Amino acid sequence: MHQLPQTLVSGLALGALYGLIAIGYTMVYGIVQLINFAHGEIVMVGAFGALTIHLWLPGVPLGAALPLMILGGVVISVAVATAAERFAYRPLRNAPRLAPLITAIGLSIALQQLVWAFYPNAKKNRDFPQFHGNAFQLADNLHLQRDDVFILVAAPLCMLALGLFTTKSRTGRAMQATAQDPDTARLMGINTDRIIVLAFAIGGAFAAVAAVAQGLHIGQISFDMGFILGLKAFTAAVLGGIGNIYGAMLGGVVLGIAETSSITYIQDIPGMQQLGGGGWKDVWAFALLILVLLIRPQGLLGERVADRA
Amino acid sequence: MRHRPSLLLITAFTTGSLVLTACGSRDDKGSDKGDSGTKTTVAIGVDSPFTGSLSALGLGIKNSVDLAIRTANKNNEVKGVTFKLVATDDQAVPGTGQQNAAKLVADKSVLGVVGPLNSGVSQSMQGVFAKANLTQVSPANTNPALSQGDNWSSGQKKRPFKTYFRTATTDVIQGRFAAQYLYNEAKKRKVFVVDDKQTYGAGLAAIFSQEFQHLGGQVVGTDHLTVKETDFSGIANKIKNSGADAVYFGGQYPEGGLLSGQTKKAGAHIPEMGGDGIYDPAFISGAGKDDDGDLATSVGYPVEQLDSAKTFVQNYKDTGYKDPYAAYGGYSYDAAWAIIQAVKKAVEDNNGKLPGDARQKVLDAMSKVSFDGVTGHVSFDEYGDTTNKQLTVYQVVNHQWKAVKSSTFKD
Repeated sequence: MHQLPQTLVSGLALGALYGLIAIGYTMVYGIVQLINFAHGEIVMVGAFGALTIHLWLPGVPLGAALPLMILGGVVISVAVATAAERFAYRPLRNAPRLAPLITAIGLSIALQQLVWAFYPNAKKNRDFPQFHGNAFQLADNLHLQRDDVFILVAAPLCMLALGLFTTKSRTGRAMQATAQDPDTARLMGINTDRIIVLAFAIGGAFAAVAAVAQGLHIGQISFDMGFILGLKAFTAAVLGGIGNIYGAMLGGVVLGIAETSSITYIQDIPGMQQLGGGGWKDVWAFALLILVLLIRPQGLLGERVADRA
Repeated sequence: MRHRPSLLLITAFTTGSLVLTACGSRDDKGSDKGDSGTKTTVAIGVDSPFTGSLSALGLGIKNSVDLAIRTANKNNEVKGVTFKLVATDDQAVPGTGQQNAAKLVADKSVLGVVGPLNSGVSQSMQGVFAKANLTQVSPANTNPALSQGDNWSSGQKKRPFKTYFRTATTDVIQGRFAAQYLYNEAKKRKVFVVDDKQTYGAGLAAIFSQEFQHLGGQVVGTDHLTVKETDFSGIANKIKNSGADAVYFGGQYPEGGLLSGQTKKAGAHIPEMGGDGIYDPAFISGAGKDDDGDLATSVGYPVEQLDSAKTFVQNYKDTGYKDPYAAYGGYSYDAAWAIIQAVKKAVEDNNGKLPGDARQKVLDAMSKVSFDGVTGHVSFDEYGDTTNKQLTVYQVVNHQWKAVKSSTFKD
């Protein structure tokens, strides 16, 4: 029990990161029923965008440069995400469902290779700035990393903004309408093409915030960082109920805590010593996913089964 | 989990290899024309990761082999023979390595191959080379089973592939050397052992643990991490709570560096020790600002300190390679030079001409190779292992690796 607070806080920070990325999967899926497998790469380009801003501002303290870095990451991620929508997915909007899926995989490889080939020194891991100073010691058994503070503040703010946007603004309500029934929404005068671009853009912006958080946490970014993050975030989106934005965040947090607590606790269960630790955390996280989907096939907060699948 | 990257890599590789094959055939035609002159062209293959997170080590290997080939051509080391480099990128993926091996075997001008970097990749290549009698010399593989068979630990050593040689010492020696240093000289008694579940990392961690406990130390906890992941804070918290006074990590620098940094961020200010897989400048940048005191063992004496290596270091600098020679540069140079010496012997025994069964003759000559190389005296024992058992412990001091102890391993 001594380790419980630390395990929960680490899991929460990790999960909030997954959740922010999962928003991008879930919004796009909610509106166009496309699993955008290139979303992990949107995170990756956001990280490189933020790093570029950092390199342009030598000597500026990280705290001061951070808003600009986030802005730079957001600009790049949103640009790439909306360009992907316009040039890779829109021409295939009415094609069989597998076509855009394969396109997404192709796009993912292409983006990785582009960064690998053209970003200076991206063939190796690039160093990302980190906060200086020690962790905040909140209690004897609980310390909080400075980079965890960033994600734990940024993720709720992003969620709050998104929640207000979708429920209060006209565009947000138009977005909900498009998700429920695109044809009727169009008949009501909603420009659904614009709404779809917006869904990609919001997903891209959240991905960039997550990318900065990941960079601050790890201190390194690389051209292939998007794959595992994307996979985990996709899992989080499914766990929470794909199509539901709060579900994505909840799924992320549950997945994050499941990962950290399986590292800490499974091996203390008598007879399970061999099945615990970092090597098995994904097994337990996915076992949890299967369990949840057995009981609630629509995910934790999913409202409807993907009926048009 | 690992399904999709391997698929992607295979796709990428297939495309790449189509392009490369096209280039290769053009080269062959070129050299055929050249044959009407007096010089035969012999290719030396090099296989290591040139891309991805281990490329710092892989490119050092490639460049050092290139340097050996340039030197041999410049000095006219083997009369009537011009050497050329055939380089293949395995991206540290066993499947890709195997395809590369098949490609190198198919190129008849290749008489020896230097590489690969990873023990796990080597496992998938050995069989391909053995069937074709093509000599393979790895500058970096340290897993004992590669040369001594799967039952090496129970004393039943049996050489599985007659074509396999290495200039690097094995993990048996390296892991035990690390344990002896940590127990006897660093005076650590409680160690937490982490590995990356790969052939190299898990093997090294097991050998280390065994020797450390044998000496009287205690392993207070073990855990495993997954390659290519970046968040190890869960493991870091566990290390902190275990009360260990040192961490031993079996694996490579990308994960090792991050683990070290995150362990210290979690509040456990204890050194992390690892094998030659973490002995790289990228480990230090990965670990962040807090890594002074971390330790690594690496095979051989520091290249910079050996008189025999001064020329190598100078030539490497003068040739103007973009990437540093890294941890295995000297061993790669020696590996390539061993193949060149074997080719020389094969040619000299055949009245100055390349024999018809050149691969077999080069292989036969390998066991007799003996010269003073960059890293010391180079020769191979009955298993194809190097007879050189020198090791060095390095420590991070002011964000740089500094050699703290070099000696020859004693049982």
